[in-house]
Amino acid sequence: MAVTPQRRSQDKRTFRTDAWWIQPAVVAVVFTAFVVYATFRTFENNYYSAPIHLSDLYQAGQVGDLLSPLYSPLIPIDWKIWGYHVSPAILILVFPLSFRLTCYYYRKAYYRSYFLTPPACAVRGLGGSAYTGERKFPFILQNLHRFTWYFAAIFIVILAIDVIRSMMYHGGGWGVSVGTLVLLLNVILLGAYTFGCHSCRHFCGGCVNSFSKHKGLYGLWRKVTYLNERHQLFAWSSLVWVSLTDLYVRTVTSGAIADHVFFRF
Amino acid sequence: MTQTVTLHVFRGDSNGGEFREYKVKTAPGMVVLDAIHQIQKEQDGTLACRWNCKAAKCGSCSAEINGHPGLMCKTRIEALPTEKPVVVQPVKTFPIIKDLVTDVSWNYEIAKTIAPLKLKDEGSTEPLRMQQEDVDRVQEFRKCIECFLCQDVCHILRDRHRKDIFYGPRQMVRIAALAMHPLDASERRPFIKDQAGVLACNITKCCTEVCPEHIKITDNAIIPLKERVADLYFDPIRALIRKVKR
Repeated sequence: MAVTPQRRSQDKRTFRTDAWWIQPAVVAVVFTAFVVYATFRTFENNYYSAPIHLSDLYQAGQVGDLLSPLYSPLIPIDWKIWGYHVSPAILILVFPLSFRLTCYYYRKAYYRSYFLTPPACAVRGLGGSAYTGERKFPFILQNLHRFTWYFAAIFIVILAIDVIRSMMYHGGGWGVSVGTLVLLLNVILLGAYTFGCHSCRHFCGGCVNSFSKHKGLYGLWRKVTYLNERHQLFAWSSLVWVSLTDLYVRTVTSGAIADHVFFRF
Repeated sequence: MTQTVTLHVFRGDSNGGEFREYKVKTAPGMVVLDAIHQIQKEQDGTLACRWNCKAAKCGSCSAEINGHPGLMCKTRIEALPTEKPVVVQPVKTFPIIKDLVTDVSWNYEIAKTIAPLKLKDEGSTEPLRMQQEDVDRVQEFRKCIECFLCQDVCHILRDRHRKDIFYGPRQMVRIAALAMHPLDASERRPFIKDQAGVLACNITKCCTEVCPEHIKITDNAIIPLKERVADLYFDPIRALIRKVKR
């Protein structure tokens, strides 16, 4: 039996021997990449909406509109501040971004990755006994998550309308293009994320104690719970896909590629 | 296949201590608690650890193995990297009594401050009837074996030593089991917010990750309690509806 020189130290950050830092690092990189891209696109204020003139099947003016989710709903106002054209995306993104920033899942992700409180389980993070959690300003505002959800739910309806508009062709009739499918998948992923939210789960039955007396709410609660159990999956997939959707719309509306039309009816 | 594994086990008490090195012969299916018992039997009978069932059901043998909070009886030696010594130490959040045994009595003291079930029809002689869908949700919380690993890993209690502002995940589970009980008539939200301190939790979900009973502590207990508190304190629309209803 030998005595090791190392004493138990309360000051040691962690005794974990695995690569605990990978997960918060990956979250920080992906989330930062999204913030950088979204900021660039917000201030670019271009290539977000136009009738598609480059269809490989139809002539100009005959196909439906694609609208970037970062600029939806389309705000036809040209505001200038000190000669600078204010991007409508600023007015729009405040709603979905506040929803994500106060989301219970993202709270876990960025408290770990950015605030390091803590960076991983059983790893001592930043700050000390002055910690107050979400009891005081500014973090007490996290408790207003439900209000951001109200607006996020409205945006799902708006984005669903965008999918329909992308199928309404200017020359008359309907059609489905790659862009339509991209927008459709975007609204499905965002819908699954929004309606799997913990606040939504609370409204849809979580707030009652007796499910047997609220059978309808119980059925709804179980469906929302199904989505809620996959909240992390939909949080990331919808975040990545909304960026890819915007990138696709930008690429098409800038004229770099054509939006392939599958069929018309 | 039998091999020899090196363990660094904490030896000491609340005044301090040190890691001592032991070498143990492994056997197929061996868990960390077996290794500790082997040390007690063959090398050092003064090594203290708390255990009871050796079946992950009593919650007694909580410890930190290679820095991970876990049950010693559930952690297989084979699942650990054995090229380096396996570090076994007591849970960090609670005061050490001796070696791997800690004083978790604080948990029982604060549990006494949580009001028990208050029946809606108190005094009634009618038999209580509950439907399965009413039972399902709170049944999950009854799986808790009180190993207090969630309390150990909670950074508010562990690193910030703020037992004064937060009761910890285990007690949130206890409160949720009562607050969501279909027959409970208590207004618990002021207590949950002010005394139990649910708003102190910042949802980093470590409690859920370490729970040996796989209780979804954060998603099914803490967040629903936060939402109930928000109903009362952070939702002016609901406050207006309540006033109109009166």
